[in-house]
Amino acid sequence: MELGHEISESTHKKIFTLITHLIHNPIQGVVNIHPGYTSMLFTLDKMANMDDTIQAVENSLDMVQNSEPPEANSVEVPVLYGGNYGKDIQRVVQFSGLSESEIIRRHQSGNYLVYFLGFSPGFPYIGGMDQDLTTPRLQTPRKRVPQGSVAIAGGQTGIYPFPSPGGWNLIGRTPLEIFNRSNPKNSLIQMGDRVQFKSISKDEFDQLMESNGT
Amino acid sequence: MGLEVLRAGLQSTVQDQGRFGYAHLGVSASGAADNFALRIGNMLVGNPKHFAGIEMTIIGDKYRFKSDAYIALTGSEFEAELDNKPIPFWQGWSIKKEQILDIHFTKTGARCYLCVTGGINVEDVMGAKTTHLTSGMGGVHGRILKKLDELNFGTLDDSIQPVQKLNDSITTDTKIIRVTKGIHWSWFNNNQKNKLFQHQYQVTDLSNRMGLRLIGNAINSKKESEIITVGIPLGAIQIPGDGQPIVSFVEHQTTGGYPIIANVISADLRKIGQLKPEDCFQFELIGFGAAEKLKVDQEIFLHSLHHD
Repeated sequence: MELGHEISESTHKKIFTLITHLIHNPIQGVVNIHPGYTSMLFTLDKMANMDDTIQAVENSLDMVQNSEPPEANSVEVPVLYGGNYGKDIQRVVQFSGLSESEIIRRHQSGNYLVYFLGFSPGFPYIGGMDQDLTTPRLQTPRKRVPQGSVAIAGGQTGIYPFPSPGGWNLIGRTPLEIFNRSNPKNSLIQMGDRVQFKSISKDEFDQLMESNGT
Repeated sequence: MGLEVLRAGLQSTVQDQGRFGYAHLGVSASGAADNFALRIGNMLVGNPKHFAGIEMTIIGDKYRFKSDAYIALTGSEFEAELDNKPIPFWQGWSIKKEQILDIHFTKTGARCYLCVTGGINVEDVMGAKTTHLTSGMGGVHGRILKKLDELNFGTLDDSIQPVQKLNDSITTDTKIIRVTKGIHWSWFNNNQKNKLFQHQYQVTDLSNRMGLRLIGNAINSKKESEIITVGIPLGAIQIPGDGQPIVSFVEHQTTGGYPIIANVISADLRKIGQLKPEDCFQFELIGFGAAEKLKVDQEIFLHSLHHD
C-alpha cells in the first residue's frame, strides 16, 4: 500500500498512525506489517482472502484519517566515529568532498526522526540527515557488519543492532544495545522517536561497553 | 522426556512455522526452511502443525533418547541410522529409551526434520519457538544446537491420530523455481527481464536462512539500483548493484533498498529451503492466478493426508 511518493514527515505520520492503530486492532488474515518510508507491506495468511483484507485495511485507514500518532520520545545515541569503527567514512569523504571531522560534526547536527524499524530486528531507519552526507550503498553488501555500527545509505542513516550482512556505509559504532530481545517493545529506539547522535572517545566507548556487560 | 545431542551437525536449529506479528519491529517470521516437510513430520507423529521440530542442514546430528518416543524424519533424505540400522524417512517410528539416532550427510537436498510426538519444547519467544539466528532469538538461546545440548519434549493435550504412512513418497525437484512479477518489474527492460529466465543460476556459499545469493546472468535496472526502502516479503528476488540476484529467505530482512524484480511463489518456497551451495536451477515466470492455485493445491494436499 502506497501512502506517499517521497520521504516526508507527513507521510511518516500517516504510516505511524495507521500501524499504531493496526497493532491494537489487528485485521484477520494479516500476519505481518512491514512499514517503509512511503509504503506498507502486508503479509497475509496463506488462506486469507485478498479482496476482503484490502477492504479491511482501507477501512482502517479511513478510521484513523484524523488521528494523531503517539508522542515522540527523545533518545541520545553515543557514537565512536571513524577508524576501524567506521570503515567507510572515507567513502563519505569521497562522495561529499567534506573532511572527516566535518562529516562527524554534521552527522551529529541532524534533526533526526526514526521513520520505521526494518531490515533486521530493531534496525532504525533514521531520516533528517544533512543531505551533503548522501552516499550510495556499497556495490556488494558486506557479509558481516559489526553490532552497533552507525551507517549511511543514500540520504538516510541507521544503526545495526546485531551483526548481520549489510550494504550501508559504516561511519561509526555505538556501544548501546539498540534492540531488547527479551522485551522488544521496550527497545531503546522505536518508530517515531527523535534521535540525537553524540561523538564519544575510544575510552568512553570502552567504558560504556563494559557497563553494558557486552 | 527428551533427547541429548551427542554430535551436532552443520547447522541444526529448533524450528516451527514462524514468529508472526513483529515485522514492524524488524523481526521476520523465520520458521522452518521447508515448512511443508515440517508440517508432514508433525502429522506423522500426531502433533498440531505449529509444533516445533529440529531442522538439520546438509550434515545431521547424533542423538541419545532419554525416554521412549515416537518420531518421524522428513524433508530431504539424509543417511540415517537407529542403533546402526537404517531408519526410513516419511513415516512414524517408535524409539526406545537409550536408543541412538545418528543422522549423517544428505543424499539429496539441504535440509531434513526430526519431529517428535509432543514437539520439541523450548521457551516461547514472542509467541514462537523458531530460532532466528541473525538476532539470536528463539530455539536454544537463539543459536544452533551443539554437543551435549539437552532438549525436552512437550506433551499433547489431546491425542491426534498420527497419519500412518504416506501413499506416495514426497520428492522435491529444485530444478525449476516458479516466480511472479515483483513490484519493481517495470524497472527492468525486456532484455534484462529475459536474462533472469534464460539460463540457470547457481547458489553461492554466501547463502543461508536469511537469503540465497546467486551467480549467473547479471541483471541491470533501467533506473539507479537503489529505491526508497520498502517492505521485503519472503521469497523476494532483489537485484543489487552488481546485478546478481538475492532471494530473501525465512530470516529475511523485513525491508530493503534493492529493487524486487520477482517473487518466488508460495508453493515453491519449500524448494528454496532444499537448495544447497553449488546447486543450479532456473527461474520460470507464471501468472498470479496460477501461483494462487498452486498454493491452494499444496494446502489441499496437506489436508488430504489426514483422511487417507
